[in-house]
Amino acid sequence: MKVEIKFGGLGGQGIITAGYITAKAAGIYDGKESVFTQDYSAEARGGASTSEVIISDEKINYPHVMQADYLIVMSHSAYNDYLHKLKKGGVLIIDEDLVKTDERASEYRVYSIPATRIAEQLGNRIVANIVILGFFTAVSGVVSKDAMWKSIRESVPKKHLELNEKAFHKGFEYYG
Amino acid sequence: MNAGRYFWSGDIAAAEGAIAAGCRFYAGYPITPSSEIAERMALRLPQVGGRFIEMEDEIGSIAAIIGASWTGVKAMTATAGPGISLMNENIGLAVMTEVPIVIVNAMRGAPSTGLPTLIGQGDIMQAKWGSHGSYEIISIYPSNVQETFDLMIDAFNYAERYRVPVIFLLDALLAHMYEKLDVPPQEEIDKRVINRKKPTKPPGETLIYQPDEDLVPPMPAVGEGYKIHATGLTHNEKGHPELTVDAQEKLVKRLNDKIRKHAREIWKVEEYLTDDAKLIVFAAGSEARAVRTAVDMARKEGLKVGLMRPITVWPFPHEYVEKYAVDYLVSEINYGQMYHMVREYASGRVELFPGMGGEIHTPQQVLRAIRRMIE
Repeated sequence: MKVEIKFGGLGGQGIITAGYITAKAAGIYDGKESVFTQDYSAEARGGASTSEVIISDEKINYPHVMQADYLIVMSHSAYNDYLHKLKKGGVLIIDEDLVKTDERASEYRVYSIPATRIAEQLGNRIVANIVILGFFTAVSGVVSKDAMWKSIRESVPKKHLELNEKAFHKGFEYYG
Repeated sequence: MNAGRYFWSGDIAAAEGAIAAGCRFYAGYPITPSSEIAERMALRLPQVGGRFIEMEDEIGSIAAIIGASWTGVKAMTATAGPGISLMNENIGLAVMTEVPIVIVNAMRGAPSTGLPTLIGQGDIMQAKWGSHGSYEIISIYPSNVQETFDLMIDAFNYAERYRVPVIFLLDALLAHMYEKLDVPPQEEIDKRVINRKKPTKPPGETLIYQPDEDLVPPMPAVGEGYKIHATGLTHNEKGHPELTVDAQEKLVKRLNDKIRKHAREIWKVEEYLTDDAKLIVFAAGSEARAVRTAVDMARKEGLKVGLMRPITVWPFPHEYVEKYAVDYLVSEINYGQMYHMVREYASGRVELFPGMGGEIHTPQQVLRAIRRMIE
């Protein structure tokens, strides 16, 4: 088993954090091998931001995504920039208010969620990445729900634990 | 750190490895992609009774750790391209005055400010030849997070054992890449920690630069009563300037020989499928991870290819290269640096597969280079 996951969006959306949480969930709490890499532009907010996660049963050498099984995008520019990285028939997860798909998306299995809108309804758009992580967990089954939640719990500020828990469950339950 | 399993970046592992090795002083000026080392040390050193200072620049940073080391503490700094260039004059001072220090250089795209967040491997030769003069240092370069933690203990051991600056190379990819690693119990780590030799004779009867048989002089600390005179000028065994051909010959030869004569104890090299290989790909750091995947792909095509990964970059582990009468492909993210070293020692053909920086090669690119060279 080897799964390649790519997250894309803008600085400030928690794209790097989403990758870190996913890789840690798989590596520490599901006991698999995992690697997390990140790339960001010089701006603190608003610039392009991307992270990559490889999960495998075996030791991982090359640490980058070659052909993504999953692409999760939270900005239209990320959709344009990274769609070619997704293998044909792969899973495309989008924030439907921020990404407008075109005919190219027909080659992929597309799952849409208004993650940022849900986060705003919960009280803070900052947890949009956690909403989409919940959704990704339900759609993919790549990381167990338990492991993903443990990893979120260890990575977010304690005072916002409840908000993050709601965000995670809203995202998870949005699927199906 | 408590023993256990953690999910850390190369930067965090470097900082925690240093603390596990006994480092208790850090002076630095944050620079991408090494800033997280400073951040971690600022958090952790006060917790273990150490000191962290954010300095005004990199020249001050290295000067501060040289001074700190003379007080008997294990000291470190971390930087990247523009910062290491500023540190080079004082790296020479640490070589000449034989001060144990560890300097992390997280290599990024260069020259100049280049690509701050992206990988380069352009500082390999600079690690050896950055300061003026003819000297030897030790440089090591891991390729994963576990190894970064483990090798940091070796880095401090080498610095203390040989009284020499150790350049600990990282690259931007490894610095910011997260993997799980196991931290052993501190008692286990302590068993392999080496501390500097102290003078056995009292003050007045000790020449502070008189070497033992291993060519390394014991090192007193400031405040212990020994008259310490440490100068970058050519000096005698008292530490006093002696600007003569004979003193220069005696001192500089020993500074080089204390490393060269112990090279075999220092060398660490990983070999993968080299036994029956017709072609060996030579690569270090993060680039070696792409090469290892490419070697697996090549083997599936029936190509007899292996990987040689120098973990010790300096002193260059030439006996490993000499051991195989094969062709070498040197895959590195620069325009030819280790390539020249391999060419010096290989008996077969040597070719370079360069990258200008920003990313490591993809395994497919390395595989194509392997196929080209075999045909």
